[in-house]
Amino acid sequence: MRVNFTVNGRPQEADDVWEGESLLYVLRERMGLPGSKNACEQGECGSCTVRLDGVPVCSCLVAAGQAEGREVVTVEGLADYARHREDAHPGTGCAAGTCGTSLDAAQRWQARPTDARSAEAAALSPIQQAFIDAGAVQCGFCTPGLLVAADELLEACPSPSDQDIREALSGNLCRCTGYEKILDAVRLAAARQEETVR
Amino acid sequence: MAQHPRAASVPAGTPTKITQGSKTPGGIGESTLRPDGTLKVTGEFAYSSDMWHEDMLWGHTLRSTVAHAGISSIDTGEALATPGVYAVLTYDDLPAPMKNYGLEIQDTPALAHGKVRHHGEPVALVAADHPETARRAAAKIRIEYAELPVITDEASATAPDAVLVHEGRTDHHIGHVPHPNIVHRQPIVRGDADAAAARADVIVSGDYVFGMQDQAFLGPESGLAVPSEDGGVELYVATQWLHSDLRQIAPVLGLPEDKVRMTLSGVGGAFGGREDLSMQIHACLLALRTGKPVKMVYNRFESFFGHVHRHPAKLHYEHGATKDGKLTHMKCRIVLDGGAYASASPAVVGNASSLAVGPYVVEDVDIEAIALYSNNPPCGAMRGFGAVQACFAYEAQMDKLAAALDMDPVELRQLNAMEQGTLLPTGQRVDSPAPVAELLRRVKARPLPPEQQWLSADAEGSSVDVRALPGGLSNTTHGEGVVRGVGYAVGLKNVGFSEGFDDYSTARVRMEVINGEPVATVHTAMAEVGQGGVTVHAQIARTELGVSQVTIHPADTRVGSAGSTSASRQTYVTGGAVKHSCEAVRERILEIGRRKLGTYHPAWATAELLLEGGKVVTDGGEALASVAEVLQDEAVDVELEWRHRPTEAFDLRTGQGNGHVQYSFAAHRAVVEVDTELGLVKVIELACAQDVGKALNPLSVQGQIQGGTTQGLGVAVMEEILVDPKTAKVRNPSFTDYLIPTILDTPTIPVDVLELADDHAPYGLRGIGEAPTLSSTPAVLAAIRDATGLELNRTPVRPEHITGS
Repeated sequence: MRVNFTVNGRPQEADDVWEGESLLYVLRERMGLPGSKNACEQGECGSCTVRLDGVPVCSCLVAAGQAEGREVVTVEGLADYARHREDAHPGTGCAAGTCGTSLDAAQRWQARPTDARSAEAAALSPIQQAFIDAGAVQCGFCTPGLLVAADELLEACPSPSDQDIREALSGNLCRCTGYEKILDAVRLAAARQEETVR
Repeated sequence: MAQHPRAASVPAGTPTKITQGSKTPGGIGESTLRPDGTLKVTGEFAYSSDMWHEDMLWGHTLRSTVAHAGISSIDTGEALATPGVYAVLTYDDLPAPMKNYGLEIQDTPALAHGKVRHHGEPVALVAADHPETARRAAAKIRIEYAELPVITDEASATAPDAVLVHEGRTDHHIGHVPHPNIVHRQPIVRGDADAAAARADVIVSGDYVFGMQDQAFLGPESGLAVPSEDGGVELYVATQWLHSDLRQIAPVLGLPEDKVRMTLSGVGGAFGGREDLSMQIHACLLALRTGKPVKMVYNRFESFFGHVHRHPAKLHYEHGATKDGKLTHMKCRIVLDGGAYASASPAVVGNASSLAVGPYVVEDVDIEAIALYSNNPPCGAMRGFGAVQACFAYEAQMDKLAAALDMDPVELRQLNAMEQGTLLPTGQRVDSPAPVAELLRRVKARPLPPEQQWLSADAEGSSVDVRALPGGLSNTTHGEGVVRGVGYAVGLKNVGFSEGFDDYSTARVRMEVINGEPVATVHTAMAEVGQGGVTVHAQIARTELGVSQVTIHPADTRVGSAGSTSASRQTYVTGGAVKHSCEAVRERILEIGRRKLGTYHPAWATAELLLEGGKVVTDGGEALASVAEVLQDEAVDVELEWRHRPTEAFDLRTGQGNGHVQYSFAAHRAVVEVDTELGLVKVIELACAQDVGKALNPLSVQGQIQGGTTQGLGVAVMEEILVDPKTAKVRNPSFTDYLIPTILDTPTIPVDVLELADDHAPYGLRGIGEAPTLSSTPAVLAAIRDATGLELNRTPVRPEHITGS
């Protein structure tokens, strides 16, 4: 079958997709976007987390056909997504009493094409930079999924408590870091975000 | 002109000092950021499962569904006839006389021949144009098994009528083992434990069980084999030791080593689980047969069968002490289950026995460690390597002894703590700092985390955040029935390969001028598995060569062996090799400078010269020339091997011998809260103090210590591969059923780093990766015992052990 969807702002079509193929497989093996990782393919580790119409999902558990007509953001598009976050849904946050991005808010975001060679595209999103600075990357296999999940957390809840961070990232396994540096990274990104707002 | 002396190795044992200034930014001692960090956060870093090649096929392994059976027949016809299938291979298709491989003993068939010895053993291979096609074709292969009785423990292995797991063994251990189903046996006897026991006022003994742990690295076993025009093959793969793989792969392929060209592709964690081969030979066989590139990627289910695990162990310990707390003697017997193939079992036995006493002074010991052959999953290397199991038992014993003596458990440990100069049970003297008592003091002195942190004040009084309670979001308790406990442990781990192994590493360093700037390139075969070796190599090169620009060349087999990324050895040994090669490059640059510019300034001939900030400077700080001026279009290129001090084998009867290179020490204090009603444990804090000798990269050091601590926490409360004792089948090969700690299960891990230099090591450093995995587990167990008053003699502690249900 053919699947038409938008990936990181670019309309894409995948041909000859077997009905049982996962979104993860199509992204990795057909779209040439291996950033989403194949650590368990059982929906247990979160390494393949992408946003599907703004909602974080384990792409290994999404049948490729389910992505038809929808918007997917992978770690490869995270920096661009972060840059255009304000356009998508200004002013949301858990201060309003809800933690988590509403589907409605998420869907207002319009992905834009990214030119990989432009200076803008080279910049990292705050959460990506914070992961590097805090030493939250070791082998890095869990990193893409954690980044997508953490970015969504910070979007929904700009000043999360440690318990908020732990709760939000509890679906992402990391075997190297002991999570301490990952907590540091999310705190760092939140603090930098706050500074920018001021 | 490029210099490429493949010189003989340097003699070991010379203390290496920092001969260079450390003024170049990004040198050792700084928390320099990872060179691969940006690629890893943008998703561009190419892990082994990300490899892609035009016209590529997918390989799949068919594995045995039974643990022990003769293979009566294999019918591949239907599989081969499946559209999209290019090849189906079995044992009969192996091209070379050499059909087996193995780290030390070549007892592992590349594909099962005649019989299978464990559940999940590879039997056949398929290559197809889609991974699902390969899987479905493999399911059409018909195998008839004639099941055999399974050997699952010591009793069944050594029973008079026991089936031999490996008939006709010819390896060099067979001569000294009491039974052919025992891979290796190492006794260590020193003093007279029986006589010493007579002097003891208190004797405590215990039986301990350590469950089978999995490395559970996230990046699955995977790689890409590309056939080359000369009949050889190129293999891009995630591994811990390229040259060890090469040595095992080439003979089975029937190729000379130079026709198997290996390049490290991105490694998603290892922890010992990539020391043995997984898909390497299989992918190469399929590529050579089909003439096409073949990619293999295990899914998580297969990954649990695709690598060896940590040896489960049964340990019996006896300690005695005088009434003032001095240890009189120790006797122990450690039975490790090595599973169906030897893998690293002999070396694990060596470690478990020689480190069985832990970081304590005990002059009279009687130790025995063995590893079994069984039909359980093969076990081999995992972080801590034999020392972990022993630490679990001897630390439980220390608490038991303290209770019997009515002493503080930390004081008892400190009273018996080894120090520099202590003689180990092997007769080896510890000739570097051994701050065991100090590490314990540090974790004990740390303020305890506040009680009942789940209670938080709000406007209306207090409220409960269930997320901070045992059971967390499951909302199982609001604090009633929750009790706190505190426990301590300390451990002793060797660094590097022991028992006389020639544990060398090779580094090639090149210095040249690019765009007017000096640039150093470091080329080693070191497997970067996430630990940060690439960061440290660049730091060493900056420190030694005084340049800011350092390129790390991809690791491959076009440079000499770097040894394994295991045993906490890479920063020591390959770091040492990089340092050594950099020193040679520096000398060569100074020689060139003297030759070209020596007449312009007398300091060239008379002063001590350093490289700093891209310049040649005197030790007084006067710049003589830039490196760019010295080199111009010349390049200096050096490849050298480097060795640490030699070690020797342990005597097979007495265990005596200077078997280890260096030691690593870590202590933990665990604070837990236990819901005694449901048996749920929440670890509140797991503080660690570790001596690292010299922190080359403090940020990475913390990451290693926290990661190691968390793996120890995992085995304490949740991680275990369950094997059915009747069928030897694995019952939980998934992340649904094999649990590793999530961020909710993992507490804050404050780290206290001590830097007492080991004068024998480069920069005084100590290998750090494994030690925190040792003491973390017994500290958590001790804390749960403290909270509940239960004995708890096995890992992991499960709810039923706490509730007694």
